[in-house]
Amino acid sequence: MLPAVVIAALMVSLPALAQGPDRPLAALSCGGCHGVGSAGQGPIAPLAGRPKAELVAAMTAFRRDERPGTIMGRIARGYTDAEIDAIAADLAARR
Amino acid sequence: MITRRTLGLGAAALIAAPAISRAQAPLRLLVIGGGFGGASAARFARDSYPDVQVTLIEPRTRFVTCPYGNLVLAGTKQLDAITFGYDAVRARGVTVIHDLASGIDPVAKSVRLAGGQALGYDRLILSPGIALRWGAIEGYDEAAAGLLPHAWVPGDGGQTALLRRQLEAMEDGGVVGIAIPPNPFRCPPGPYERISMIASYLKKAKPRSKILALDAKEAFSKQGLFQDAWNALYPGMIEWVPGNRDGKIVKVDARERVLETEFGEKHRVAVANVIPPQSAARIAIDAGLANASGWVEVDPVTFEAKAAPGIHVIGDANTAPPMPKSGFIANSTSRQAVASAIALARGAAPPADASYFNTCYSHVGDEYGISVVGIFRPGPAGFVETPNSGGVSPRGNLPDQRRLEAIYADAWYKSITDYMFGA
Ligand SMILES: Cc1cc2nc3c(=O)[nH]c(=O)nc-3n(C[C@H](O)[C@H](O)[C@H](O)COP(=O)(O)OP(=O)(O)OC[C@H]3O[C@@H](n4cnc5c(N)ncnc54)[C@H](O)[C@@H]3O)c2cc1C
Repeated sequence: MLPAVVIAALMVSLPALAQGPDRPLAALSCGGCHGVGSAGQGPIAPLAGRPKAELVAAMTAFRRDERPGTIMGRIARGYTDAEIDAIAADLAARR
Repeated sequence: MITRRTLGLGAAALIAAPAISRAQAPLRLLVIGGGFGGASAARFARDSYPDVQVTLIEPRTRFVTCPYGNLVLAGTKQLDAITFGYDAVRARGVTVIHDLASGIDPVAKSVRLAGGQALGYDRLILSPGIALRWGAIEGYDEAAAGLLPHAWVPGDGGQTALLRRQLEAMEDGGVVGIAIPPNPFRCPPGPYERISMIASYLKKAKPRSKILALDAKEAFSKQGLFQDAWNALYPGMIEWVPGNRDGKIVKVDARERVLETEFGEKHRVAVANVIPPQSAARIAIDAGLANASGWVEVDPVTFEAKAAPGIHVIGDANTAPPMPKSGFIANSTSRQAVASAIALARGAAPPADASYFNTCYSHVGDEYGISVVGIFRPGPAGFVETPNSGGVSPRGNLPDQRRLEAIYADAWYKSITDYMFGA
C-alpha cells in the first residue's frame, strides 16, 4: 500500500503526464476513407502496419504526380515532408 | 490508445479513488449532439483518453445521415441504409442520454436538459448542427415544409422520404423546382449533387421531366465538373438559374407550389425542394454563442467559442471559412477540439501544428463521382487553406477517374459511419 503522500504526488503529476494521444492527429484523417484505424475499406488499401518507408515513398510519388491516383496527389501536396514522415511512422506502428 | 504510462496512472487513480475530491475525479467531457461532429468526438475521446468520462446528449435514438440522402432521392439507396443507432457508442463506454439540451450555463459549467436534469461538465463539446431560418423565405415555415420539403436536416428521415414520394408520384413531364440558398450553408456541393441524383431518377423513370434550379448565388462548388456531367448525362434536363439572372427565391406559396423570385417571377412547379437559409442550431444561439450572422466564432486551434470559454464548438454550427460545412470537417476537427479541451482542462497546451482535412465526394450519375479536397490549418486570423494542395477532380472525359471516385465515395461513407456508429 502506497502512503497517502505518494498517492497525492501521483495525482498532482497526472495533468502534466496524461496530455492525450501521443500520436499525430493528422494520421487519423487517413481513416476517413481508408477505414477505421486505416485498416482498409473495401477497395481502399489498408495503411496500418505497412512499412514506413513504403508509405513515405507512396506519398512522395503521389505528390510529384509520379504515381497515378484519383485524389491522393491533391492530398499529398497538402503535407510537409516532416508531417508525412510522422504520419507514416504512426501508421507503420499500428497493429 | 492505452499506453503503459496511462495504464500505470489509471491504477494509481484507482487506488486513490475513495479519497479524491472533485478536482481529481475523472474529467467530465460532455458532448451535445450525436451527429457527425459529436459522435466522432465521443469516439475519439473514448479511444484516446480511457480515463475521461464521456457523456453524449442526443434527442434521437436513430440518426439519419444527410450524406447519401441524395441517393435515397435517386432511388438507389433506402433510408434504413443511412440510419444508425447508438448501441455501439454505448458499448464503447460513452454514456448516451437521449434528451434535448435546452440551456447551457458556461459559468456554472452546467447543461440543462429538456427532461429537467442538469449535468455538470469540465469541458463541453457542442456539435448541434444547423437550424433552418423559418420565414427567411416568405411563406416557408415548418408547415410549408410538409408540402415543399427541404430534406436538409434529416431528423427522422421523414423529409427525405417525403421528397422521394413526391418525385415518385409526379407525372412524366413535370418540373422539379429546387431553391438553393446563399452562402454559407450546410454542404456546399450538396444541392448540386441533389440536382444530379434527381436527374438520374428522372432520366430512368420520367425522361420528359425537367429540373429548374433557382439559386441565390452566381457560382457554386465543383461547378465546372457538375455542369460537364449534366451536359453529358442529362442533356436538356437541368436549367440552373443564378442569382444575377433572378434565381433567388424570396417567397413561396406552399399550397400552389409556387416559387417566387426577387423580381417577382412566379414559377409553378410539380415538386418543390426548398433549401432555406440557415444558422447554427438553436442551442448555440440561445446560449449566446453565435455572432450577428447566426454562426459561432471559434479559436482555430482549440475550437473554443470566442463568446464563452470551456465550450468547444465543432461542425456546421461554427463559422470557419474557407473550410466547408461538411461531415468530414466535423469529423476531422472533432479530434483537435477534444484533444485541446482535455489538454486545457489539465493545464496543458493544445496539440500544436493542427491540420484539418476534408474530402467531399458527390455522386452525379451511376458510377460517376467527383470530389473536392481541402487541407486547412489555423492561421493568424482564422483558418487558411494549404497553398498548392487540394482542389477538385480534373475536368475532361475521364471515365476511369469518375468510376473510381464513385467507388471511393462509398468507401468514405462506410469508413466515417463505422467510425461514428460502428463497433
Ligand atoms: C444532402 C446533403 C448531403 C451531404 N453530403 C455530405 C457528404 O457527402 N460529405 C460530407 O462530408 N458532408 C456532407 N453533408 C454535410 C453533413 O451532413 C454536415 O456537414 C454534418 O452533418 C455536420 O455535422 P454536425 O455534427 O455539425 O451536425 P449533425 O450531423 O446534423 O448533428 C447534429 C446533431 O445534434 C443534435 N442536436 C441538435 N440540437 C441539440 C440539442 N439542443 N441537444 C442535443 N442534441 C442536439 C441533432 O439531433 C443532431 O443529431 C451533406 C449534407 C446534406 C444536407
